[in-house]
Amino acid sequence: MQSAINRRKFLRTAGVSASALAIGFYFPSCKEPEKPEPAGIIELFKLNVDDNPVGMALNPFVTIEPSGAITVMAHKPDMGQGTFQSMPLLIAEELDVDLEQVTIKQAFGDEKYGRQGVGGSASVRTMWEPMRKVGAAAREMLIKAAADRWEVETKDCSTNNGKVINTTNQESLTYGELVEAASKLEVPEEPTLKSPADFKYIGKSVPRPDVELKVRGAANFGMDMKKEGMVYASVERAPSFSAKVKNIDDSEALKIKGVEKVLKTERTLMKSVLEGVAVIADNYWAALKGRKALKIEWEEDEKLLDSEKIFEDIREKSKTDGIENHSVGAFEKKFKTGDIQLTQEYETPFLAHSAMEPQNVLVDFREEEGICEIWAPTQFPQWAQGEVSKYLGIDKSKIIVHVSFLGGGFGRRSIPDVILEGCHLSKAIKKPVKLVWSREDDTMQSPMRPGSLNTLKGALDKDGKIMALQHKVTAPAIAYSLWGNYDGEKAPGGVMEPIGEPFYTIPNYQSRYVFVDVDPIPLVWWRSVYSSTNVFAHESFIDELAIAAKKDPLTFRIDMIGEKERDKKLLEKLKSASEWEKPLPEGWGRGLAVSHSFSTTAAHVVEVSKTGAALKIERVVTVIDCGIAVNPDNVKAQTEGNIVMALTAAIKDPITFKDGRVVESNFHNYRMLRINEMPKVEIHIMQNEEAPTGVGEPALPPLAPALCNAIFNLTGKRIRKLPFDLGEV
Amino acid sequence: MAAIKLSINGKSYEIDVEEDMPLLWAIRDYVGMTGTKFGCGIAQCGACTVHLNGTPIRSCSTPVTVAVGKKITTIEGVSEANNHPIQQAWVELQVPQCGYCQSGQIMSAVALLEETAQPTDEDIDAAMQGNICRCGTYDRIRKAIHRAAEIKSDNKTLSKK
Ligand code: FES
Ligand code: FES
Repeated sequence: MQSAINRRKFLRTAGVSASALAIGFYFPSCKEPEKPEPAGIIELFKLNVDDNPVGMALNPFVTIEPSGAITVMAHKPDMGQGTFQSMPLLIAEELDVDLEQVTIKQAFGDEKYGRQGVGGSASVRTMWEPMRKVGAAAREMLIKAAADRWEVETKDCSTNNGKVINTTNQESLTYGELVEAASKLEVPEEPTLKSPADFKYIGKSVPRPDVELKVRGAANFGMDMKKEGMVYASVERAPSFSAKVKNIDDSEALKIKGVEKVLKTERTLMKSVLEGVAVIADNYWAALKGRKALKIEWEEDEKLLDSEKIFEDIREKSKTDGIENHSVGAFEKKFKTGDIQLTQEYETPFLAHSAMEPQNVLVDFREEEGICEIWAPTQFPQWAQGEVSKYLGIDKSKIIVHVSFLGGGFGRRSIPDVILEGCHLSKAIKKPVKLVWSREDDTMQSPMRPGSLNTLKGALDKDGKIMALQHKVTAPAIAYSLWGNYDGEKAPGGVMEPIGEPFYTIPNYQSRYVFVDVDPIPLVWWRSVYSSTNVFAHESFIDELAIAAKKDPLTFRIDMIGEKERDKKLLEKLKSASEWEKPLPEGWGRGLAVSHSFSTTAAHVVEVSKTGAALKIERVVTVIDCGIAVNPDNVKAQTEGNIVMALTAAIKDPITFKDGRVVESNFHNYRMLRINEMPKVEIHIMQNEEAPTGVGEPALPPLAPALCNAIFNLTGKRIRKLPFDLGEV
Repeated sequence: MAAIKLSINGKSYEIDVEEDMPLLWAIRDYVGMTGTKFGCGIAQCGACTVHLNGTPIRSCSTPVTVAVGKKITTIEGVSEANNHPIQQAWVELQVPQCGYCQSGQIMSAVALLEETAQPTDEDIDAAMQGNICRCGTYDRIRKAIHRAAEIKSDNKTLSKK
C-alpha cells in the first residue's frame, strides 16, 4: 500500500539496462503513453542535446547508469532564459553530483514531465522545490542502498560528488555501484533538502552549458532541423488577417527551378483560421522565389484595419466606466475632496516580438503510421501536442514534439499556430515539410502585444500624500483574442497586471478595465505582458503626483511603501547605488520607476543627457529582488535583456495598420536598439534567503517610465505616449 | 543550375545551385553548415555574417557566385579548437542568451579584432552596429571584445617569450 502512495508523488523506474535508476514525478492525471520510436532523425543536435537518454523507458529526470554516467533531463524549453541549465542544476545540487559529470538532455513534449511550458517568468520559482526534491530523493535512495550494504545506519553515511561515504571508516561507493540496489528501494516522499548555507551551485554564477555550443555555431535551433526527404515551404499570406484566397495563378511560380507544388494553405491561430498560399520546393530559396512569382486574388473585408481608427475607438471607449477590478476605501468620494487633483492619459502601441529566429517548424506527418513527428522551437511543447492532436485527429501519444533551442521566444513561441500550419502542409503533401517564415511574415503576421490607453486619476491631500488613486486600463484582451473569453464582468486574465492592486499604501484605490474588441488582430503575451504597458502609465503618473506634491520622487515613493520591508530596502539600495542625491553634470537628468511583477520587485534609475541636439541615455542603475538568485550572472543577463527590450519598445517603432495591413515589415522600419545606443548598465541583486521569484520579465516594465521620468527631470517635457523619438524630445 | 565551387573554412565544396541563390542558403541548405543564421534576409541584422577573404559580409544578400574563388570563413571555421580569443571571451563573459545572433556577432567581432588590435568603444560601435541582438547582450559584447583584445595581446607576448 505504501508504494501506491509513493507512486503518486514520484515514479521510480528501471531502464532498459535493468540497473539504471530513473526518478521522475508521477502525475496522477497522466497515463503512460505508448510512445512510438522517433524514426529517422538526422543529427538532431550536435552535442548534449537530445531527446532520448540511453536505455530509458519511463518518466525520467535522472538516470544513473552502472558505469556512473549521469543524465539529467532539461524538461523546459530554453529560449535564452537559461532553463537548460537551471532545471538540471537544481536536481544536481541535491543529488550531490559534480555538474561537470552530468549530461544534460533536452526533453521532448510529454505529460510525464509535468508542466513544460515556459512563460510568466515561472520556471525557477515553480520548480524550485520539486526539482530539488527529485535530486534529494535519489540521493536518499543511494544512501540507503549503501547503508544496507555496509550494514550501518543511514545517519552514518554522507555523500560527496557522486559517491556515498561511510563516515565511520571513510569507505566509499560510487552512485553507479549503488544504483541497482537503490532502484529497488522505496522512493522517499519528503526527502530532506539542503539548507541554503550548504548550496554548492545555487547562488553561484555557474557558466551555462549551452554557451560553449553557441559560440561555435553548434547549438541547433528549429531553423537547423533536417529530415531526410524533407521539402521547404514558404507561404504567401493574406494581406489583411481575414482575407480569403479567391484565385491563384501559379504558372510563373511553377517555372522556377526547384519548385514542386503550390497549394492553398491555412494557419489555425486559436479561434481564427488564416489563409495563405504555400510554395513547396526542394530548397528554401526556390520556395521564396516561387512565392514572389505567385499571382493571387484575395477577397478582403470591407472594413480594413487602420491604426488611427483603432486608437480613436480605444480613446472613445476609455471615456466609459468599464468594470471595477479592485477597490479599497472609497475612491470616488475621496478623489473630489483632494487638495490637488490630477488626471492623465498614457498611450502604448501594438508591438511585434521579433525574436531573432524567424518562426519555423519541421513536421513529418506519417498518416499511414498514424504518427506525427515535429521538431519545433516552441515554448509550449505539450500545448502544441494537444492542439495538433485535435487538428489531425490522432491521439496525443502519437505526436512527438522534439524541442530545439529557441532563438528567442518572448511569448510569441507559446502559440502553436506555426506548428499547425506545418501539420497542414505535411498532411497535404505527404512529406516532411520544413516551413520557414520570412522576417516579414514574422513581423506582420505574428500575434502581437495589444496597444492600450491608461487613464489615471489621483488626488493629493494637504500634506502632499496620495489620498486617492484610480487606474483604468482600456485595452484589448489577449484571452479574448485567443479563446473569445470575455464575460463583461471580470477583467480577463492578466490585463490588470500588476496594478490591479496597489503597490503603494494608498487609502483609496480603484482599478478598472474597459474592454476593446480589435479582432481580427491576433494578440498574444509579449515579454511582461500587460505589465509592460500598465506600469509605464502607473509609474509615470506617480512621478507626476510627486512633482505636483513638490516632493523628491524617490522619497515620495519610499514614504508610501508602508510595511513592505523588502521593497523599502530595495528602494534604499537604489538610492545609494545610483547616488540619487549626488548632483548631476550640467545637461543631465535622472528619473526612477519601480514595479512588482512575476513576484519580483525591480526598480531602475535612468540618467539622460542633452548636450547636443539629441537626447542620450547615459546610464541605467537597476536593483532587483528575486529572492535567492539561482545563477546571479544569469539574473543579470535577463535584466540586461529586459532593459534593451524595454528601451527598444520606448524609443523605436510601433506596429501600425493601414488599409488592413501591418505597415512595419522588417528591421529597416521596425527597428531594434543597436549596440551604439546601449547605455551603461549597473545591476544590483538584493541578497536574501527568500525562495526565488521571476527573473525573465520583471525588470522590463519599470524601464520606460524611469526613462520618461528622467526626461521630464531634464527637460520639463512629459512623455505620455510610446514610442517616442529621442531626437525629437 | 550550375556547379559552383566554394572554399569554406579551408575545404572545397561543389554544389549545384541557381546562380542568384544567396550564399547563406547555399551554405546552410546545400553545404549543410547551419552555424550561419537567417534573421532578416535584407542585410539589416547581421545574423548571417561570414567572412569573404577576411572581410565580414552579409551572406543573405550576397549571391553565391560572388563567393566563388574567394575564401569563405563561417563560425565553424573561426578557430580549430574553438578557442579564438573572441570565443574565449564570449564564454568567459557568458555573452549569449538565446544565442541565435551570436554566430554573426562573433564573425563581426573577429573581423574587428583583425583590423584593430585594441578597439575603442567607438570602434566597437562602428563595427558591431550592423548586428542586432534581440536578447540584448550588447553590454556583454562590448566588454567581451575588450577582453578578447586583452587575451590576444597576452597570447602574443607569450609566444614572443
Ligand atoms: S539575415 Fe542577413 S543581415 Fe539579416
Ligand atoms: S542572444 Fe538572442 S538574439 Fe542575441
